[in-house]
Amino acid sequence: MHNATVTTPALGSTWVLKKQRGRFAEFAIHLVRHPIGAAGIVLVLLLIFVAIAAPLVSPYDPLAQPSKRLLEPSVQHLFGTDEFGRDIFSRIIFGSRVSLQVGIISVGIALLIGASLGLVSGFYMGLFDTLLMRVIDIMFAFPGVILIIAIAGVLGPSTTTAMIAIGIVYSPIFARIARGPTLSVMQQQYVEGAQAIGAGQLRIMARYVLPNIAAPLIVQATLSFSTAILSEATLSFLGLGTQPPDPSWGTMLGAGRKYMELAPWVAIYPGLAIMFAVLGLNLLGDALRDVLDPRLRQL
Amino acid sequence: MGRYILRRIVLLIPTLIGISILVFALMRFLPGDVVQVLVGAEAQITPEQRATLYRMFGLDAPIYVQYLRWVGALLQGDMGTSLRTSQPVTSIIAGRMPITFELALFSALLSWIIAIPLGMLSAVRRNSLMDLLTHVLGLIGLSLPNFWLAAMFLLITSVILRWQPQAEWVSFLQDPWTNMQQVLLPVLSLSAALVAVVMRMVRSSLLEVLGQDYIRTARAKGLSSTAILFGHALKNAAIPVITVMGVQVGYLLGGAVVIEQIFGMPGIGWTVLNGIYQRDYPLVQGAVFFIAIIFVLINLLVDVLYAYLDPRIRYK
Repeated sequence: MHNATVTTPALGSTWVLKKQRGRFAEFAIHLVRHPIGAAGIVLVLLLIFVAIAAPLVSPYDPLAQPSKRLLEPSVQHLFGTDEFGRDIFSRIIFGSRVSLQVGIISVGIALLIGASLGLVSGFYMGLFDTLLMRVIDIMFAFPGVILIIAIAGVLGPSTTTAMIAIGIVYSPIFARIARGPTLSVMQQQYVEGAQAIGAGQLRIMARYVLPNIAAPLIVQATLSFSTAILSEATLSFLGLGTQPPDPSWGTMLGAGRKYMELAPWVAIYPGLAIMFAVLGLNLLGDALRDVLDPRLRQL
Repeated sequence: MGRYILRRIVLLIPTLIGISILVFALMRFLPGDVVQVLVGAEAQITPEQRATLYRMFGLDAPIYVQYLRWVGALLQGDMGTSLRTSQPVTSIIAGRMPITFELALFSALLSWIIAIPLGMLSAVRRNSLMDLLTHVLGLIGLSLPNFWLAAMFLLITSVILRWQPQAEWVSFLQDPWTNMQQVLLPVLSLSAALVAVVMRMVRSSLLEVLGQDYIRTARAKGLSSTAILFGHALKNAAIPVITVMGVQVGYLLGGAVVIEQIFGMPGIGWTVLNGIYQRDYPLVQGAVFFIAIIFVLINLLVDVLYAYLDPRIRYK
């Protein structure tokens, strides 16, 4: 605020700052008051907390084999032990790191590639736009999971290839979501005004277009985050993602399936962990969509 | 309508070419030497033998020649030969497709039967307890990994109910009763997420239609709620729902990979996955290409249906 009053015109800047803070606060209040949004925020914060504080909150080393194999859930081992005598609760806690990492990096890749291409395509239009749209149509011609499995299969199984495969396959949706609003923003008078006062193309993209196309991208990023976690779990379950002994929920479920009749907890808890993480992100995504789109606030 | 369909078919050609390039390129990125994969990792071969094998499989030609040869053969219905079984890929796919088709069809039908009435109910009784319940249940359905659900179904039926269908796959035509028992759990596992997606779409689409002026007019002239819902709202609300159903085919084909693997159903998804595990690249290439073609054709069908339901689209 102090800086704002120093700059010229001081009054205008102060007003802008207050206005922005007000909008953000209003947005946050809407999100927290949204019953579904609040539940989503709690679950997502829990996921983030567990992932960050994993070494502090997990009772055992996720790779250590401190006990007998396939022990039932007890006070010593809340979720029991797996086929190597490892503590399932600790492995689930550390597994949240893999899920969070996959979600952030793969959606980050998709957002970076997809949104930049979509923005540039909508900004310049012409041949680049036509070509990009054709490539996107082709990528959409493949069922997502099939393409992810094929790319991960070709690149070889690992968490890194899983993130790359998911990031590549998710890019087109971000390109399409960024392109549409960019086209309409480009028709707005404030963009014309910026061009008239000599703003550079990069500045127009970053300062005028990007903030106005951010809302649908944020909603899509939240929803893609949840499907990215599911996709990684699927890949790992099939043996094409995170490799043992690293604790990934999908890998744990895939390995535990063989011992399910003897020790159901080996498969039950990793699945529940996936469900709660994905549910939290879906709840948050739904609430964000409602809050960011005033038309839906009434629904 | 005829012109619209023709235009859509012509537009398919570049997409099909693009798909073929992508699938071909993907398989050429396979790490390691393809010939070594063919003969097995442990086999020792001389450089001369390697060169002969390269020539034999046409791998010595420039990449675009290899691509054109592959496309040329494709156009004649030849997708190559499996490296593991030496069977033609086309006949393998033809044998496996009915299994996936049955799984997809039953899963789609079951999900629509459950989701459409539930979606309608939550739209009509908006903001009621029922609406909130279906919303949360829908989100849970979307969040459940289908492979975990499948594992839980297996656990419940085999450990608690002590019931297991016959392990060896039997087609519907051979023995319908055994076949239905075999597809029951896979269909239930695959439907959960579909129910959630369709239900949510039916609800939001119906809510949008119910808020329009012509519905208010219908109410004003004294029509009953049932007559408005079934006579006026449903057809227009169906348009976006049909698109979602088209997109679901992609989910079904993708989901089939995991579900078929868990239940040991030798369908097309199972074929892709085992092809990847065994590095049988002509089989993976053929099966992925085939899945993409089916997906594109179903999307075409959805677009045509969409244009039929909404004439504004075909006159654009």
